[in-house]
Amino acid sequence: MIRKSAAEMANALAQGAITSVALTQLHFNRIASVDKDVHAFLHLDTDGALAQAAAVDAKRAKGEKLSPLAGVPLALKDVLAQKGIPTTCGSKILEGWRPPYDSTVVSNLKKNDIVILGKTNMDEFAMGSSTENSAYGPTHNPWDLARIPGGSGGGSAASLAAFEAPLAIGTDTGGSIRQPAAVTGTVGVKPTYGGVSRYGLVAFSSSLDQAGPCARTVLDAALLHEAIAGHDPKDATSINAPVPQVVAAAKSADVKGMKIGVVKELNGDGYQPGVRARFEESLELLAKAGAEIVEVSCPNFEYALAAYYLIAPSEASSNLARFDAMRYGLRVGDIDGASAEEVMKLTREVGFGREVKCRIILGTYALSSGYYDAYYGSAQKVRTLITQDFTNAFAKADVLVSPTCPTTAFKIGEKSDDPLAMYLNDIATIPVNMAGIGGMSLPSGIADEDGLPVGFQIMSPVMKDERMYSVGAALEAALLGTWGAPILSKAPALGGVA
Amino acid sequence: MSLTYEDVIAKYEPVLGLEVHCELNTNSKMFCGCSTIFGAEPNTQTCPVCLALPGALPVVNEKAIESTIKIGLALNCSIAPFSRFARKNYFYPDMPKNFQISQYDEPICVNGYVDVEIETEEGPKKFRVEIERVHMEEDTGKSLHVGGATGRIHGAEYSLLDYNRAGIPLVEIVTKIVPGTGKYAPEVAKAYVAELRDILRSLGVSDVKMEQGSLRCDANVSLRLIGAEKLGTRSETKNVNSLRSVERAVRGEMIRHAELLNKGERVVQETRHFQEESGLTRSGRSKEQAEDYRYFPEPDLVPVEPDAAWIEELRAQLPERPSVHRKRLQEEWSVPDKEMAAMINADLLDTVEATVILGSDPTKARSWWLGEISRIANEQNVSVKELAITPTDVAEIVALVAKGELTDKLARQVVEGVIAGEGKPAAVISARGIKVVNDDSALMAAIEKACAEQPETAEKVRNGHLPAAGALIGAIMKETKGQADAARVRELLLGHLGQA
Repeated sequence: MIRKSAAEMANALAQGAITSVALTQLHFNRIASVDKDVHAFLHLDTDGALAQAAAVDAKRAKGEKLSPLAGVPLALKDVLAQKGIPTTCGSKILEGWRPPYDSTVVSNLKKNDIVILGKTNMDEFAMGSSTENSAYGPTHNPWDLARIPGGSGGGSAASLAAFEAPLAIGTDTGGSIRQPAAVTGTVGVKPTYGGVSRYGLVAFSSSLDQAGPCARTVLDAALLHEAIAGHDPKDATSINAPVPQVVAAAKSADVKGMKIGVVKELNGDGYQPGVRARFEESLELLAKAGAEIVEVSCPNFEYALAAYYLIAPSEASSNLARFDAMRYGLRVGDIDGASAEEVMKLTREVGFGREVKCRIILGTYALSSGYYDAYYGSAQKVRTLITQDFTNAFAKADVLVSPTCPTTAFKIGEKSDDPLAMYLNDIATIPVNMAGIGGMSLPSGIADEDGLPVGFQIMSPVMKDERMYSVGAALEAALLGTWGAPILSKAPALGGVA
Repeated sequence: MSLTYEDVIAKYEPVLGLEVHCELNTNSKMFCGCSTIFGAEPNTQTCPVCLALPGALPVVNEKAIESTIKIGLALNCSIAPFSRFARKNYFYPDMPKNFQISQYDEPICVNGYVDVEIETEEGPKKFRVEIERVHMEEDTGKSLHVGGATGRIHGAEYSLLDYNRAGIPLVEIVTKIVPGTGKYAPEVAKAYVAELRDILRSLGVSDVKMEQGSLRCDANVSLRLIGAEKLGTRSETKNVNSLRSVERAVRGEMIRHAELLNKGERVVQETRHFQEESGLTRSGRSKEQAEDYRYFPEPDLVPVEPDAAWIEELRAQLPERPSVHRKRLQEEWSVPDKEMAAMINADLLDTVEATVILGSDPTKARSWWLGEISRIANEQNVSVKELAITPTDVAEIVALVAKGELTDKLARQVVEGVIAGEGKPAAVISARGIKVVNDDSALMAAIEKACAEQPETAEKVRNGHLPAAGALIGAIMKETKGQADAARVRELLLGHLGQA
């Protein structure tokens, strides 16, 4: 049962083949057997989840009308506030903090009766591409425990690949949903910026952050997308428009007559042969399914990474200022005679990890008077140019595609001392955040050279998220035809019993 | 050897710059739904947003934007079709996010002016104070430093934080530099803040209570030698909590600067704190090195782009300017300058006006509010507005007197009763049994009784010695318990004694 898709589980629940309590318990059993190896979770809310599951079962028994995913379990990235449940963002500085409120994503999940199993591991404050920056230790890739599961949402992606949860929530600032999806053989979607409320999402970079669905199939991602999306008056940047019809698009899986634009700049040198081979194959399958493949050029993408590493740290340096030991979280050095300033300094020294400090310093520098125009100001201009590149490209194509990342999962520790190499992993995902458009990663196969999964990225214009679901579902169906079974069935078995 | 003010102005020209912070009286805070009521228990008016809990986001209070646009329009500013909020980054325990959401290079209102008039030996003089910008921001929380001698953070044992004020909407009104006021600089500064206060009050956007901090003024002062072009170094005096203090602070700083300059020393660019008791300022934070607030556009908020039609709608709703309004009332009511000033100083102009609008004669309304009612307030050591008597009550009482249903003396009893909480005028009249005895036959009985009791006095009156009537009238009034109309009594009495 735990290897089924969320849609199949929902179906089994609806038909009374299983109860939500039993389904939830099966997932806790799986977590108990494999998570010591994977370490996808930071916190399990066993009692809360089982109580929530029992409540759904009771509603179903009474014949109440339930939402499509009612009773299906989910893993929540530890960057989203859930009332009464520890929320650490992978940082020591928030150790012990239990939010007194629900993020809008969480209240939407609860409204849809989706059962929240617990909180998943992540790079501290979502800064990283490997989940190695978590203050609570790394998460391991279920395909190869010596490798990274991607980041920052490595915990959410790994929980799916390890069958610890059929659904997960991630957040994506520069690729933190899509890159982990790519390297774990799962599906991850960054919706249009403003499509899902950021209220209660602990901010890394406010103008780039976006929560989104993670799943093992395109349809599951669509079902979860519709459950969490929609206008929220508590988020001023939330878009006040109807949610794109992504479930219908995923079900239709129709690409006939669609123009698919291949971004010339997001391929070639630096992309692993296996990644390129799977990408080309996928294009052929899409063409066979009736899509027209065209090439587009986005010349300003080459500046995206540099601009991103000015904008995101700048905003982060300000967003993370609130962690000062005054009102919540860690407090260090509060001894007789210590001033508030001393306590703030010591707490931040001890509470933040190396990567976070590095980015705070970078951002503080970029915003400093005398440097603002050269750094933050220029980066904003690049951002405008990237948006224009997308506008031009979308004039020629309905969606754009590229490999999600240049390589498959690298080894834990391999890039720890080379931040630039680490940052390069997000080269294809970052432009999407810079322009606020939608992006999806789904598995396109396994690289011949290392036997690890490869991701295929689909990008759609603002609030046209349904397009990437149409294309994703069509590709998924075609690939399933060639594989004969879901890609995760090719992953080696974990220590525990499935 | 300290300088006199005359010494200062003989040599130097003062240049002013005034920054006024005004707390808006919106029901909720600038970026969340928390209440803004003053004086609540500490930290009871807070939520995830104004406590800056991780994940919480600000949403702009539309009412605050409307109020700010109204202020901008009343100050003759242009309203920007596009403005933005920015983050001002600095660490301080009473600022929950460790940045303040403010406006930086894209404020909502720019380039306005306020004309003020001051009294001088040569008659009234007009000055134009130019406004550079009006922008929105949020207030910080409050720190209470305990254990130190002065309530300052230095030397305190511990500090308490109250975040009720954190996120209260603030509007900052910044003038351009104000040169050319010469010796009148202190009066101009005071008149500007007074005019601003009146304008803000007339707009109904703020409580404008300087003593509660809902209106706060920072006065920038610098001196330059008369005729010099280059501006001198300025000091920025904070904590100026009354109109009188604005004047004193400017005057004090002018003298302090001049003393330094005369000794060949330099003025330090810094904030100064005004001391209400001494009228002097003490040194605060140095501003010699510009602080780097790392401003950048607030990414959690969208730009403010007010609709032009909406702005025109707000412009059309602007009330008459207080100074114009005052002039008009003075003419309509034919009030002498002195009386007008008395009403304004007593802060009773609006009360008197309300009474007049309800039908009262202006002179009568003024005399009740500034006379009897002010006297009672004074006796009780409260302000007139705290008394339980309203313009409606006073207008009603004035009308009753005009109709002859009350005498002035009885009316005073009614006023006293209303203030004592006995109810509305009608209730007081009926409960106390107050009524004018205007039944002539009842009066005649009293007149006959009085004349019978004082036959000699009656005889004097009958013989034409009219002043003697006073004693008889007194007796008659006593007999009728003061409820008779004295004029009518006199008329009837004289008729009775053949003197009509």
